[in-house]
Amino acid sequence: MRSLIDIVDLSIEEINDLIDTANDIIENPDKYSEKCQKKKLATLFFEPSTRTRLSFEAAMMELGGNVLGFSAASNSSAAKGESVSDTIRTVCCYADIIAMRHPKEGAPMIASMHSTVPIINAGDGGHNHPTQTLTDLLTIQREKGRFDSLTVGLCGDLKFGRTVHSLIHALSRYENIHFVLISPEELKLPGYIINDILDKKGVSYTVTTSLEKVMPTLDILYMTRVQRERFFNEADYIRLKDSYILNKEKLTTAKTDLCIMHPLPRVNEISVDVDDDPRACYFKQVLYGKFIRMALILKLLEVE
Amino acid sequence: MNIDSIRNGIVIDHIKAGQGMEIYQLLNLEALDCSIALIKNASSGKIGKKDIIKIDADFELDLDVLGYINPDITINVIKDGQRVRKFHPELPERLTNVIRCKNPRCITSVEQEIDHIFKLTDRENRVYRCIYCESKAKGENI
Ligand SMILES: [Zn+2]
Repeated sequence: MRSLIDIVDLSIEEINDLIDTANDIIENPDKYSEKCQKKKLATLFFEPSTRTRLSFEAAMMELGGNVLGFSAASNSSAAKGESVSDTIRTVCCYADIIAMRHPKEGAPMIASMHSTVPIINAGDGGHNHPTQTLTDLLTIQREKGRFDSLTVGLCGDLKFGRTVHSLIHALSRYENIHFVLISPEELKLPGYIINDILDKKGVSYTVTTSLEKVMPTLDILYMTRVQRERFFNEADYIRLKDSYILNKEKLTTAKTDLCIMHPLPRVNEISVDVDDDPRACYFKQVLYGKFIRMALILKLLEVE
Repeated sequence: MNIDSIRNGIVIDHIKAGQGMEIYQLLNLEALDCSIALIKNASSGKIGKKDIIKIDADFELDLDVLGYINPDITINVIKDGQRVRKFHPELPERLTNVIRCKNPRCITSVEQEIDHIFKLTDRENRVYRCIYCESKAKGENI
């Protein structure tokens, strides 16, 4: 029995396997529609995240399985002070696999230590969210056809954005990746990620505050939200926020095969006039998220 | 007791000055019945000033604690007034319930009765990280 707690738990081969399976599901959905009959997925969302929960539930349903669970701690046993380990020991009696989201970092790891069924980390605070990273990887593979020799622009909040951190982790394992780190000074990528991942692995990167300047070089543009509360004062926020909003005009210098991604939900960092652009991949990304979760459920349940 | 002459016990020597109390607490020495001496700021040719702890009893030392604090510490085991063994603690790979995770967002801050476990992730810089949230053991949270 295996769980997925952190994206680095998966080898490159395992990630490639998952992507192969996801691609096969996309091509032959009927082949998979009864693979998880009589299996149950429990979605334990100690913190609400409708998007992620629906993605997991839809994934299980498309595999012919069933879903049970709860969302938010307010109406569940955790609110009454039950420990994660006790909750998990109980749920193991009902479900074949568990997707768990929790506001505290490391909660899914505790769960995996006490569980008799596979645990999928569906987000633990600002820490890990491996299925988002798998979603991003499948999107890149579908849209670009490769993981190597890519110039990847990461734009917005690179300091707190965990999806960005995990994606850097995951893509750093491939050859000839160049990262372009686009953010205001206040929200630069933390030093420990630069030191421990980029410098240690000899991955090349450029740091800039200007999206427009680097736009023509990018193969992928990964947008994240620049949140007001991350700034010390309102004036800085207002001064900076527009520089990190993507609109049609800024895209005029971009490559014709640029792939624009965003973990969603967006607020205003991608203007709606970009949505019709064929380079906008963020809604496709949502769809890919379901397919990669299907592949992951099959793998962890060891369904052939 | 005469702090210079221990018959059977342990002398923890070459503790960096100022760390003696921390070790005293982490080893939970106050729970012992035997006589214990904590000597602070003794002069030492080797490291300038040092702390020393003498324990007048045959005591099972938690070497992980000492290795974590500083693997340069010297441990002397005394039997019948003679030093029978002298060694340095090793830098432990894992620390279980030696230190607590200080990250308020970590599951260890709310989940009762779980082991606080830290893993050595960078031997050169002696970096330990919480296995749950990956926060560094010393200094600021990541
Ligand atoms: Zn922790």
